[in-house]
Amino acid sequence: MTLTALRPTATLDWTAICPLDRLDPDRGVAALVDGVQVALFRTGGELYAVDNLDPVGGAYVMSRGIVGSRKGMPTLASPLHKQVYDLRTGQCLDLPGVALRRHEARCRDGLVEVRLRQEQ
Amino acid sequence: MSGGRLVVVGNGMVGQRFVEALRARDHDRRWRVTVLAEEGRPAYDRVRLSAFFDGVSAEELNLHTPDDGVELRLGEAVRDIDRDRRVVRTAAGEHPYDALVLATGSYAFVPPVDGTDLPGVFVYRTLDDLAAIRAHAEGRRTGAVIGGGLLGLEAANALRLLGLATSVVEFAPRLMPVQVDEAGGAMLRRYVEELGVTPYLGVATSGLRPGPDGTVAALELADGRTVDADLVVVAAGIRPRDELARAAGLPLGPRGGVLVDATCRTADERIWAVGECAAVDGTCHGLVAPGYATAEVVADRLLGGAATFPGADTATKLKLLGVDVASFGDAHGTTPGCLDVTFTDPATRSYARLVLSDDAKTLLGGVLVGDASAYPTLRASVGGPLPAPPLALLAPAGGAGAGAGALPAAAQVCSCNAVTRADIDTAIAGGAVDVPALKACTRAGTSCGSCVPMLKQLLDAAGVQQSRALCEHFELSRQELFDTVRVRGIRTFSQLIAEHGRGRGCDICKPVVASILASLGTGHVLDGEAASLQDTNDHFLANLQRDGSYSVVPRIPGGEITPDKLIVIGEVARDFGLYTKITGGQRIDLFGARVEQLPQIWRRLVDAGFESGHAYGKALRTVKSCVGETWCRYGVQDSVGLAVALELRYRGLRAPHKLKSAVSGCARECAEARSKDFGIIATESGWNLYVGGNGGFRPRHADLFATDLSTEALIQLIDRFLMYYIRTADRLQRTAAWIEAMDGGLDHLRSVIVDDSLGLCAELDAAMARHVASYSDEWRDVLEDPKRLRRFTSFVNAPDVPDPSITFAVERGQPVPARGAAPTPVPDRPHQPVALGLPEVRR
Repeated sequence: MTLTALRPTATLDWTAICPLDRLDPDRGVAALVDGVQVALFRTGGELYAVDNLDPVGGAYVMSRGIVGSRKGMPTLASPLHKQVYDLRTGQCLDLPGVALRRHEARCRDGLVEVRLRQEQ
Repeated sequence: MSGGRLVVVGNGMVGQRFVEALRARDHDRRWRVTVLAEEGRPAYDRVRLSAFFDGVSAEELNLHTPDDGVELRLGEAVRDIDRDRRVVRTAAGEHPYDALVLATGSYAFVPPVDGTDLPGVFVYRTLDDLAAIRAHAEGRRTGAVIGGGLLGLEAANALRLLGLATSVVEFAPRLMPVQVDEAGGAMLRRYVEELGVTPYLGVATSGLRPGPDGTVAALELADGRTVDADLVVVAAGIRPRDELARAAGLPLGPRGGVLVDATCRTADERIWAVGECAAVDGTCHGLVAPGYATAEVVADRLLGGAATFPGADTATKLKLLGVDVASFGDAHGTTPGCLDVTFTDPATRSYARLVLSDDAKTLLGGVLVGDASAYPTLRASVGGPLPAPPLALLAPAGGAGAGAGALPAAAQVCSCNAVTRADIDTAIAGGAVDVPALKACTRAGTSCGSCVPMLKQLLDAAGVQQSRALCEHFELSRQELFDTVRVRGIRTFSQLIAEHGRGRGCDICKPVVASILASLGTGHVLDGEAASLQDTNDHFLANLQRDGSYSVVPRIPGGEITPDKLIVIGEVARDFGLYTKITGGQRIDLFGARVEQLPQIWRRLVDAGFESGHAYGKALRTVKSCVGETWCRYGVQDSVGLAVALELRYRGLRAPHKLKSAVSGCARECAEARSKDFGIIATESGWNLYVGGNGGFRPRHADLFATDLSTEALIQLIDRFLMYYIRTADRLQRTAAWIEAMDGGLDHLRSVIVDDSLGLCAELDAAMARHVASYSDEWRDVLEDPKRLRRFTSFVNAPDVPDPSITFAVERGQPVPARGAAPTPVPDRPHQPVALGLPEVRR
């Protein structure tokens, strides 16, 4: 298996993931969308989707981080070495220049859906 | 010339400070700045270099903060300066300048004796040097340092911490000859010898000799003696890096260094020099404070100011080999007619000397060895009237009545960054009401950190209540939170944060509250909202590893296990393809489990009679034991039996940090009980209890707390010790640090849990009784509950697909994470290195 093979070429469609009530508030789950590992969160009434890959530690663990807030913005802390990210932008608040890739998430008819985003 | 292209050569502490000072004042962006750095990493705190051996990472020492207006080119050394064309040349090309600032620092001087080029001989200058020293020390037994000055003693301490039998060779007749006088040197020598470091004073090193493997093996001294040394550090002073200036035809100082005037300008009006490479009016300064002063001067001058070098402050305070040593002002009493006040106390083993003006009214300087607590106040009073009578200042308690609050406004509080009391008071009045804010606002305490206690005193003097807040979501300390939860009977994080906090919580406060709720017995850690508070380890009841897999540790109380149970562990590991390793706590760790495998693994383990070992929790880990009187010829008590009983009593007890214990069956101490949070050693007539030990990078032996206890009395004391710790310790504070921070220390602890001075004992006993009665195995509880089990899935939408990123290679017949399987795509931004946080001052 090569990791590049997991990267999508492009996905424009929304993929249904799970019922909304399968997401506990402030606790993430991992999902597999077209071979891409996505970390999904429900916090403060919003849904967020980011890459499950920890860009610093290099392991697929972001869905297991602690969700919280910093100065009012929703945050996610890496479970490996605790770097904190802004869930809205993906930017790391502790390491300038490091970011999580973001994806789109929404709820339709009680189902959580994700659309992969190709940034850059 | 008040703008254009500015090239800075060097990104050390002073070079970095210069750039920051310039950028902070260059509001019109008159200068475009390029920094050319020889080292591959941006500026770091060399003053605290030795902290690297205390486990402080290179990232924590980082001083560089990214700045869009500055191009930092790392690993690009300057080859020469073409003054006619006004360019500097590097391997990568040319950089034109309108102004050039040399901040090239210095290099370690290596005396011209044979053998300094042998493998195993190092200097003590960069992080790379320290990493190389650590690597070479591995498996070696002896070390020596050439040079008994400030840096030499720091290096000696590092070698000692690396486990080497260490010697120091100093040419002068005393240690730290520049900073301390003869009597101070003698006191210092006694401390150093007691730590096991052997000083050779008043003798030169004549050569270094290799051993059979070609690496260094011994030092030869000029008097014919030989000193064994498998590793040698040369700390014989520094020399300015002036080769670029020399080649460019710029005048140098009489003892080297780029000659500059009081404006820090060289003979070429476009070229300046700062820091250790600059010979200001002919003299080089090797300390950071005068270096920073030169940086400020040049920053000011380049923006049209008229600053001049104010003169060097050579005051020094350090903790060397655990001994406080300070020297300031005219420490050697060279002022004509000056008076000496000296104070030697063999009991507290402190030595102090104050140098006063001939009328005894003005403090000129001084030396402190052993107890330097009066240093900040004294240092700030140099040149002014004494803040208190000399004896009061030198009293061992540290100048009672002469705290920072007594300082005049002009007194310098932070000499590294030239911050006065008036600056601090202004910042406090402006809203900087805690130490971090004061540091950010004034830079005081951001270099050597020795003035941080004074910052606290000044905050106190200004009437500021200092925050003990856990994080931005709670104003309360952990202890206050614990009491709030306990007294108010709060059962959930939501209720607690709604009533006593703000925001949504974070990775700091959530696990703390989860731990408090668990300590108070509010149900399973994965139930309801509690699940969202847990760190990943507590959330999956297993230990996260670097590749995203987990490890599993079943409890093996006291390290005692039947052959049948051993076979089960072996079979489980084999069937699930797990890597197995015996731990230091006498258990077996199984690595490489994916989240969805954890319940299957535990089904097998629970069926065979195992339970959670809580290796993942801030909780009791293990109670290690030696084999005891049952088998051992020397044993005097049943250490295994007691260890099993203690482990079963305290299993699952959530605490501010992990808890370790051990029981030894006789004074030979094979279980290493004194390295534990609570350790028990058998005596002929009962048990001795030790508390507050730990291993780790700063190993600490536990202190003897009570002797010859019956088993019942022992257990009661441990019950109270643990419960009092759980109630009152800070977040992530081990028992050793908790006792150290306690007012009154061990005696206070004894009065609370033995003499019941606070009337708490009945409550502590009852709390432990509740814990013991309500214990139930977390893993069994998970297996019995489908809702809890649901958390252990790889992907919510593809539960049958295992995480494809977890792959293994085979090493020594066992699976290990396949290296390079996971990418680390940190954005590639050349010359824009990442800031890893401001340096933290560890007290």
